[in-house]
Formats: sequence, C-alpha cells, structure tokens
Amino acid sequence: MPDPLPVHQLDVLIVDDEAGMRAGAERSLEGFSVPLPDFSETVTFAVRSASTGDEALAALKAKSPDILLLDYKLPDMTGIDVLAAAPGAGDFLTIMITAFASLEVAVTATKRGAFDFLAKPFTPEELRATISKAARSVYLQRKAKKLEDEKRQVRFEFISVLAHELKSPLAAVEGYMHLMKERLKGPELAAYDAMVDRSVTRIGGMRKLVMDLLDLTRLESGKKRRAIEQVDLVKTAGLILENIAALAEAKKVTVELKAPAQLLMTADPGEVDMVLSNLLTNAVKYNREGGRAVLELARQDGAVAIRCSDTGIGMTEQELAKLFGEFVRMKNEHTRNIDGSGLGLSILKKVVKLYGGDVKVQSKYGEGTSFELTLKDAPVPVATEAVH
Amino acid sequence: MTDKNKIKILVVEDDPDMMEQMKIYLESEDYEVVSASTQKEAEPLIRPGNFKAAVLDLMMENPDSGFVLSHKIKKMDPSIPVVIVTSVTKETGFYFDKAHDPKTWIKADAIIHKELRFEQLKSELKRLMGAGERHA
Repeated sequence: MPDPLPVHQLDVLIVDDEAGMRAGAERSLEGFSVPLPDFSETVTFAVRSASTGDEALAALKAKSPDILLLDYKLPDMTGIDVLAAAPGAGDFLTIMITAFASLEVAVTATKRGAFDFLAKPFTPEELRATISKAARSVYLQRKAKKLEDEKRQVRFEFISVLAHELKSPLAAVEGYMHLMKERLKGPELAAYDAMVDRSVTRIGGMRKLVMDLLDLTRLESGKKRRAIEQVDLVKTAGLILENIAALAEAKKVTVELKAPAQLLMTADPGEVDMVLSNLLTNAVKYNREGGRAVLELARQDGAVAIRCSDTGIGMTEQELAKLFGEFVRMKNEHTRNIDGSGLGLSILKKVVKLYGGDVKVQSKYGEGTSFELTLKDAPVPVATEAVH
Repeated sequence: MTDKNKIKILVVEDDPDMMEQMKIYLESEDYEVVSASTQKEAEPLIRPGNFKAAVLDLMMENPDSGFVLSHKIKKMDPSIPVVIVTSVTKETGFYFDKAHDPKTWIKADAIIHKELRFEQLKSELKRLMGAGERHA
C-alpha cells in the first residue's frame, strides 16, 4: 500500500434551521476523507454549524470557512441575503441547500457565487459527493492563485534585475560624459580615448542585453512564427566562427570545429543560431588567454549532439548551481571585464526545451567548462496549402 | 610612488568603469586612491593607517559586501568615515527607511545612490573628513 497522504482539514460551516439536518450533515462528514493525489494530500472536514442567518453571519465573521453549506430558507433571512451580507465573499465555496430547487433561486445564488446545489432531502452519500467536488475545487482555486502570485513575484524580480542591468551601463557612460564635459583630463582630445572606448563597449553590452531580451520574450510568448526548415548546423557554426573571430583573436583563443561536412537538422535557423552562438561566445569569453574552444557536432541516436568545451576559467560547484538563472553572471576576479547580459543561458535552455532536448554542464574551476546538448528535430509543420 | 601629503581613500567598486571614474575624480581633488574591486581583495587592505576614508560599493560578490567591509573598517577604527554607494534601494524594495535607520545598523556614515554625482561624493567626503578632524 502506498504511504498515506498528509492530511489537511477543511473548515465546513453548515447553516440550517433544522437541528436534524445539521446533526445529520455533521455525522455524514465525521471521519469522511477525500484523497487528492494530484495535490498530495488527503482532506478531512471539521464541521461548524449555525441555525439562523444572523448566527451564520457571526460565524462567517469569526472565521472564514473553506466550504459553506447554506440553507436557502432560514427563519430570519434567505441564504441569498446571507451571501450578500457575508464578509470576504469569494474566499469560501458555497453549496446552497434548497427544498424547492427553483430556477430563480439557482440563478440568483449562482450570481452571488454559489458553487453547487443540494436538493433537500439528500442522502449522506449525496452530501459527501458534493463536498468531495467542492474540496477538489477549493484546492484547484488555491493552486491557481498560488501560481498567479508566484508568477507576479518572478516578473517583479525579473524587471527589478533588468532595470539594474540596464542602469549600470547607463551610469558608466553618463559618468564618462560628465568627466569629458568637465575636461578633467585636460584640453587634449586624445586623453579621452579610453573613456570613449569604454563607453562604446558598455553601450554595446547594453545593446546585446536588449537583443537577448527580445529573443527571450519571443521564445517565452511563443508568438514568434517559427520557420522550420532544413538547417545545416555546420554551415551555421561556420558563420558564427567568422563572427567571433575578432573576439577570439583578441583573447588569443583557438576555436576548433569538429563536425562532418554537413549536418542537416529540421529546425528554425534563428533558434539554432542562438544556441550555437551562445555556446561559442561563452567558450571564448570565459576562456583564458591562449586557451582553446572546441565545438563538436554529430548525429547520435537520431538526435543532434552538440558539445562545446573550453579551457577557460571554469566554475565552482556553487557557481554551477546558479548557472541557468536569469541575469546570473558569475562575479569574480576573472569575469570582471567580461561583458554579458546574463540571459544567454536562459535563452539556450528555452530553445533546447523547444527541441525536446536537454543540457548538461560540467565544469572545473580553473580548468574549463563543457556543455553537452541534445536537440531533436522539430516536427515539420503540416502544410495547409502549397507554398510558392 | 605614494605622496605622503595626499589623503588616501579606499575605493572598493566592482564596476571597472565606475572605479575608473571615481579614481579620476578623487585624484583631481588631490586624494590618493587605494583600490580594490572585490570584497576579498579589499579585506587585506583594511589596516591601520592605510587610508583615511572609504567609499564602498554595496553589492559586489556578495549582496552585502559593502556592509561587511564597512563593519570591519569601523571595528578597526570607528573614526574613519565610510560612504556606501548603492543603487539598491530604488529597484529592489530594499529600502532604507526611517524605521531601519541605516546609520544604526549598517555602520556607515553616508549612503549615496549610484549614478552618484561626483560633486555629492566630494562634498560628503569633505564633510565627513572635516568632522573627523574636529574630533581629533
């Protein structure tokens, strides 16, 4: 037998003027439990009761229940009046009990947020079935709300960090502008060359950040129209190598491509480019002077295997654990002068996911890092009409 | 070569450009800059007589690097003025409000926001150094 799920108790408030009904409902729910394996919990019920509308309102005010079982016909008011006057409406789930299941009552109660109806007289089984449904719904609602809150928090953090990442280069460039304006290095223009160079570099970094951000947003929204076609990864890699040649030369890093003459894959060329250029740029940027970077491409078990290794600065285990977070950049004495948006690997991971693949990283501090990716061919979209 | 007459200021900042700019400004004001770009690099520089004031970035390899350094400096010599430079408060909701008066728990003498105007840094330093001299 599997382990019993942890038990969570839901608070049920029964409002009915008939003592027999209240006692019967309490008995029916006593010891009753609903397993919710989707939420890894078993739910039991603690029952409170009230016999009039006023008592019900007082009980609701004292503590908002999880589920409210509410009789429509109460001595002092109707169940609808109770719902209208209830504090914090919407925090609990309402089941209306009614002797005359009239359409009018049903419509009004639903407008007031009633979740379900129970027609009098009902059997303990009927009550339990309705309560089970309600319990499941309570859990679903809470889970949805929790997800929503988490999403909002993630978004807030993302924007906070983004603002910071955009402000840093702005502050640097602004600072140099002020220095130049005040002619702090004297009247000779050449004295300011280093400041101009640094400003250009920082603006370049900012541009890269904005471009990466656009890539990431497109990937996340799923709105970008993907152009799935046959892509030759070897050709794509060759073009990237040309693009980073200057960077590699500046760092005296040798970049090597180990691949067959051609490696065709069904994919979006833009996405493949994002993956390979992120890998190669990192392998060069985070390398040591005179180091090596190797990109290996192969077909393996029907998928494409990409391996990119460098002889770079490597990462500690702690750094490795944080690696795929957004805007994560390893801050240490080796990385200080390396520009990066901190989004490259987030992008990489998202693209790899689109291709049903995975990413493995191995790294040794001071020795180097290697990334291993597998990408599956994208399914060819069904042509609805002939192209051309 | 160190000029014995110049007042030495410890500047710890991990953004190479901010560091460069602070150096240019402070040197133009005739201070001498002792620099470090990480908390780790700065710690061995905290020695008696090594500097007369400190300007510290808050977030470096650790989010509270500036506070830690400030604490160590004040422990060594409470009369050394410490200015913490940060851009944290505005963006991260890490507010230094009155209820948590930073001066009581951070142990810094002034907190300046990044995109700092150097005029402000200069005048803070002058003010704090002036105060130090009067106490001496």
